[in-house]
Amino acid sequence: MVKEKELLRVEDLHKSFPGVKALKGINFQVLSGEVHALVGENGAGKSTFIKCVMGVYKKDARSGGIFVENKEVDIHNPDQAMKLGLGAVYQDVMMARHLTVAENFFLGKLPHKAGIIDWRSAKKNTDKVLKELEIDVDSSSILGDLSIAKQEMVAIAKMYSNNCKVAIFDEPTALLSTEETDILFSLIRRLRDKGMGIIYISHRLEEIFELTDRITVFKDGTYVDTVRTEEVDEDRIIELMVGRSVEDMYGLNKPSRGETVLEVRNLSKKDVFEDISFDVRKGEIFGMFGLVGSGRSDIVSSIFGAEKPDSGTVLLNGSEINCKHPGDGISRGIGFLTEDRKHTGLFMELSCRDNTNALSYRKMSRFGVISRKKEAQNADAFRDKLRIKTPSMGQLTKNLSGGNQQKVVLSKWLSNDSDLLIIDEPTVGVDVGAKVEIYKLLESLLHQGKSILMISSYLPEVMGLADRILVVSEGRQMGIVEKNAYSLGNFDDEQKFIKLASGIV
Amino acid sequence: MGIGKSITNKINQTLKRSRNSSRSSVIIVAVVLVVLMFYLALSSEVFLSYGNLFNLFRSTSIYGVIAIGMTFVILTGGIDLSVGSVVGLTSILTTMMIKNGMPLFLSIVIAMAAAVTVGILNGIIIHFGKVPPFIATLGSMTVVRGMIKLISDAKMITGLPKEFSDFALKASLGLPNLFWIWLLVILVSWFILTRTIYGRNVYAIGSNEESARLSGISISRNIVYVYATSAFLSGLAGIMLASRLASGIPTAGSGYELDAIAATVVGGTALTGAKGGVLGTFLGSILLATIRNGGVLLGINPFILEVIIGLLIVVAVIAQRGSK
Ligand SMILES: Nc1ncnc2c1ncn2[C@@H]1O[C@H](COP(=O)(O)OP(=O)(O)OP(=O)(O)O)[C@@H](O)[C@H]1O
Ligand SMILES: [Mg+2]
Repeated sequence: MVKEKELLRVEDLHKSFPGVKALKGINFQVLSGEVHALVGENGAGKSTFIKCVMGVYKKDARSGGIFVENKEVDIHNPDQAMKLGLGAVYQDVMMARHLTVAENFFLGKLPHKAGIIDWRSAKKNTDKVLKELEIDVDSSSILGDLSIAKQEMVAIAKMYSNNCKVAIFDEPTALLSTEETDILFSLIRRLRDKGMGIIYISHRLEEIFELTDRITVFKDGTYVDTVRTEEVDEDRIIELMVGRSVEDMYGLNKPSRGETVLEVRNLSKKDVFEDISFDVRKGEIFGMFGLVGSGRSDIVSSIFGAEKPDSGTVLLNGSEINCKHPGDGISRGIGFLTEDRKHTGLFMELSCRDNTNALSYRKMSRFGVISRKKEAQNADAFRDKLRIKTPSMGQLTKNLSGGNQQKVVLSKWLSNDSDLLIIDEPTVGVDVGAKVEIYKLLESLLHQGKSILMISSYLPEVMGLADRILVVSEGRQMGIVEKNAYSLGNFDDEQKFIKLASGIV
Repeated sequence: MGIGKSITNKINQTLKRSRNSSRSSVIIVAVVLVVLMFYLALSSEVFLSYGNLFNLFRSTSIYGVIAIGMTFVILTGGIDLSVGSVVGLTSILTTMMIKNGMPLFLSIVIAMAAAVTVGILNGIIIHFGKVPPFIATLGSMTVVRGMIKLISDAKMITGLPKEFSDFALKASLGLPNLFWIWLLVILVSWFILTRTIYGRNVYAIGSNEESARLSGISISRNIVYVYATSAFLSGLAGIMLASRLASGIPTAGSGYELDAIAATVVGGTALTGAKGGVLGTFLGSILLATIRNGGVLLGINPFILEVIIGLLIVVAVIAQRGSK
């Protein structure tokens, strides 16, 4: 075992944005051969910290130094950071979506012969790394066409190929399936065993306890503490993060199931999904589980009208519907929170208020003129309910932390009062405390007689919340499992779901 | 003093509401404009004279109206190059019809209908034909200009009734009539963009079209509305121009698209969409006109002036990018 030596040390780091002090004196240290977790509530400053270290943001002048292997360094841009051996996979994957995987891999350093790009070798090298990491991606596909999970895998592979000393992961598993998470973890362990230092940010505490050696907690931009993972338990960490304890987060008090609201019969779309049939009843959370790319999102998109199925019928409250575009779905009382908030959910350049209200203007207006008062009321109500951390709801959404952006996009759909709310990965990047608030809101929707169709790659969440779970594998319906057939936290039951989702019956 | 403070507050509030991030750009343009005006007032006796300002505002009003329409388009992330041709279209159509004895009002309505049709077609081609706005409107710009020449046989139309040409010459309450029209257009557009559902949709589409579609916003309808709005305002500008020149000119409006885009961009509206607003465009239009006017008054070489204006556009875009 390599003697633990210090790879990175950050002293008294400060960072302010106009109107926001994001970091107020952060201290941090990573040793070689350790996986170091960074935890804290949404908006605590984790991503900002990473971006300061990587030179994406300029730290405030009053800050102390950043030391790489005990030498003070001055990092002004990510390129410098990379040369010093620091690599990061960001929360909002920052790569060129219109280019191919291979191009992204070699962005800025494409192999060339006498100035002419050598595509063959670029592709070959990319394929080699992808294969080594068991990532099933064709290096000539366009990045933007891949699922978020695969895009992220590409980003990780890219960093890996850069031979860095400190690898930083900002919520890498937020959109990965359990299986992919396992692949990632074994990869991270391999990197660690080679003597690299890993900084690992996540809101999933069980991951932290599975993977990491030490944990550092941030709260409101300040450094709270660093502890050895083996010396603490989840409750202690939550207490350090939130300042209170959280119990039984999935323990919803649901109404009894009512009549059938949505019926899907033999829904098919060539090469995407086939012969899907299920129904959702009033007052229930109907879960859908499957690996990323299994067609889950396409199935619900087809119900909502965002995609066109080839055949099959959809009945809402007993009568057949055929939503041709999202507006159809919305006017019939269906809501659809998509999984990719950045590209299909939010208006990043607009305020949190505009985002929250985007679906509700009709309710808030007369003759097309919007009431400012109602707008502000609704936005502020959600800010309080979901504890959205922002100086004001007039703040541009792109300036919020990832988890808080997720709360904003949730607010948009929750304010729409849909009878059937489809939520695809509803709590991506949301901290433990806020998750509980969100689940409570879902609970109150059920009591108002609404129904929820929830997709999640995060097994504890579907198992904990859903009344029934439909499992899909490569577009095929593997079965519907009733709640009484499994129990949350049971390892064997989890394995059963994972097997089903992988197509192993 | 108390009054001064409360006015500043009021302005601040209005700006805050006007459009989130366009605020700082609006302030920058306003400050530059005030400084420039001060400078011109000190260095040229003529600048602050009623006659000069009257002319300045009157001539700015015409492309100012076009720039407001351009702002709608640019906010959705598009561009409209056909505005100059639409100016020519209504200026020729209106004057031809008046000349042939058609009632003034009816002539204007028909000409405006033709203008809006061009806009609707632009929107349809862009949305349903999936043609990039730049190309689609470059095409309609050329087509419309050709049609104007066909209709008019490329000849000027003069000898219009006095009541038509007088409108642009005259003033109401001390301000040029054309300027009043511009102010009205700004006011209505500002209201539409900040307070109505249509306005919010414009920003939403400019920010993220896919999110907008999935939020049930009809992209096709709003894109058509936006290009129709732009064409409507360009058409209006065409009639204003015909009245001011007391004639219909087949080449009228050529090159106006560039002035309109420049005014919009200098005023802080981002070409990528969703950022900016009509208040900025108003100031941007005045700023460009003031530079031109000042240049003439101070006897600056007009070629150098063009260089300055060109640089200003580039600097404005860079400045708005902001810092991290
Ligand atoms: N560009 C910016 N402009 C203004 N404020 C910002 C900007 N970026 C971040 N902030 C603010 O800084 C604070 C810290 O944000 P950061 O993204 O670091 O949080 P985080 O700990 O990563 O949260 P999450 O768990 O939600 O990802 C937040 O309050 C956020 O609103
Ligand atoms: Mg973050």
